[in-house]
Amino acid sequence: MVEPERPAPSAGATGPAFVEIDRVWMRYGGAGGTLALRNTSLSVAQQEFVAVVGPSGCGKSTLMRLVTGLWPASAGSVKVAGKKVDGPLSIAGMAFQNPTMLPWRSILDNVMLPFEVVEPHPGRLRRERALYEDKCRALLKLVGLDGFEKKNPWQLSGGMQQRASLCRALVHEPALLMLDEPFAALDIFTREDLWSVLQNLWLARLPTVILVTHDLREAVFLADRVLVMTSRPGRIMVERKIDLPRPRTREMTYSPYFQEMVQDLRGHIDRARQDEDVAHAG
Amino acid sequence: MQAKAAVALPPDTLADDRLTGEDLSHDAALVAAALRRRRLLRVLPWLVFVGMLILWEGVVRLFGIPEFVLPAPTVVGATIWKWWTPILVNAQHTFITTLVGFAFANILGLTLGVLIGSSTYVYHGLYPLLIAFNSIPKVALVPILVIWFGIGTPSAIVTSFLISFFPIAVNVAAGIATVEPELRDVLRALGAKPIKIVRKVGLPRSMPYYFASLKIAITSSFLGSILAETIAGQRGIGHLMIVASSRFEVPLVFAGVVVTAVMSVAMYAVAALIETRTISWATRGQGDNSVTGV
Repeated sequence: MVEPERPAPSAGATGPAFVEIDRVWMRYGGAGGTLALRNTSLSVAQQEFVAVVGPSGCGKSTLMRLVTGLWPASAGSVKVAGKKVDGPLSIAGMAFQNPTMLPWRSILDNVMLPFEVVEPHPGRLRRERALYEDKCRALLKLVGLDGFEKKNPWQLSGGMQQRASLCRALVHEPALLMLDEPFAALDIFTREDLWSVLQNLWLARLPTVILVTHDLREAVFLADRVLVMTSRPGRIMVERKIDLPRPRTREMTYSPYFQEMVQDLRGHIDRARQDEDVAHAG
Repeated sequence: MQAKAAVALPPDTLADDRLTGEDLSHDAALVAAALRRRRLLRVLPWLVFVGMLILWEGVVRLFGIPEFVLPAPTVVGATIWKWWTPILVNAQHTFITTLVGFAFANILGLTLGVLIGSSTYVYHGLYPLLIAFNSIPKVALVPILVIWFGIGTPSAIVTSFLISFFPIAVNVAAGIATVEPELRDVLRALGAKPIKIVRKVGLPRSMPYYFASLKIAITSSFLGSILAETIAGQRGIGHLMIVASSRFEVPLVFAGVVVTAVMSVAMYAVAALIETRTISWATRGQGDNSVTGV
């Protein structure tokens, strides 16, 4: 195994910021409530794949909800595509730890869901249903779910449901993809398979991705850049650029560069958790 | 990567992987036992029912209980046979009254349920009031309804409606209010308006709750119409029973009870059938799949 010397430039090129979080504070439940984010700033370039890691409860999921406009920030500004976020975005696809399939719909109809919601598709859907269905089928095939289109979600394994969930998040070609620990509930083999699936989906469409995870190997494998958050109230503590060529393979995860990267990140997480202990003791 | 030498399993552990005749016959016996058990479970309610009738008949005959206190099942049966026409006419009347009240209960119950389940404001504003209303004994309302709607069918329809919309509303509201937050977030992040979220997720999700409530609501609906008929009716099974009891024709009262029970159970069965047909996803298709797979 040869360590990549100066790796090829990653597909996610750095350009103008697509997501810009500027000195954001987030407090739940009024003045005396829990402070989840403290003066957090970060920016994500268009078509960049960014992973956010941190100890549990550090406000990673809060960050997701702020960016998608599901919750308003207590202070500071969140901009997406140059526009201030003041309500739910309509350009984001989301996937969570739980596949959140609608059990009364077939897999195909679940993946069709975004087309029933996101403009301008609902108006066209009735006339061009076959066209849209083909689009969904093609995507399902890409993640290895061909032949399962008409099955109900509960007839599929957790990993297969999560693939379908990724398809649903991506099918309408959103400019922004938000992933909140999408593989956390899966076994390690399925998880590593899905890393490649996700990478292929990303390389095919190149959306801007923010992936929240607590799996450091996952972060290093998938992301152009990994951000480490401190424990609550969260802030971006460290940022690491991952210089590995695309498409990344499982063999790369055994390389010294990969291991060093994971160890380095692990050290920062430990420091963040120690700070928390000190804060609690004091 | 240097592959480590794999330790192979001894071949004999893999060789014996076929089922013997003994295994198969043992399996067949298990399947047969499960089948017998399921047959027993299916006829069990009928066995208990018939046993109860025999016990009832026996007790009445053994102690010589007079007919105007407790008529024997055979006497009740004979009375139904004798008064077949008036019973049928009145039962039909009660049936239609109940269905009309039940239909209104569905309309209001669904509407209220959707509103309560999807809006925090409506929930906080209306829910305590609904609970208070539901705790009113409806018997107390019938005289007021008679003043408003007069004696007869309209009062019975309204009573039937008032008594049965509540379980529907509460269940539908619960179904919509318990939509997983992530699912709501997925739709909101796609730019879905609240009405769309209710239509795409809330309503389908509340359907199992809705159909479960129908089974309760249809029996309460019968309760309501018969209640109103006994207090202020001119027709219907309730009216028939109250007239019969005032004449000490106790077997006829029992005949009314039996006919009511039959109608109620039949409608319950219809509601249950609709439930299993429409929302097989909620039971994960196990409606036609027993655990044993037989």
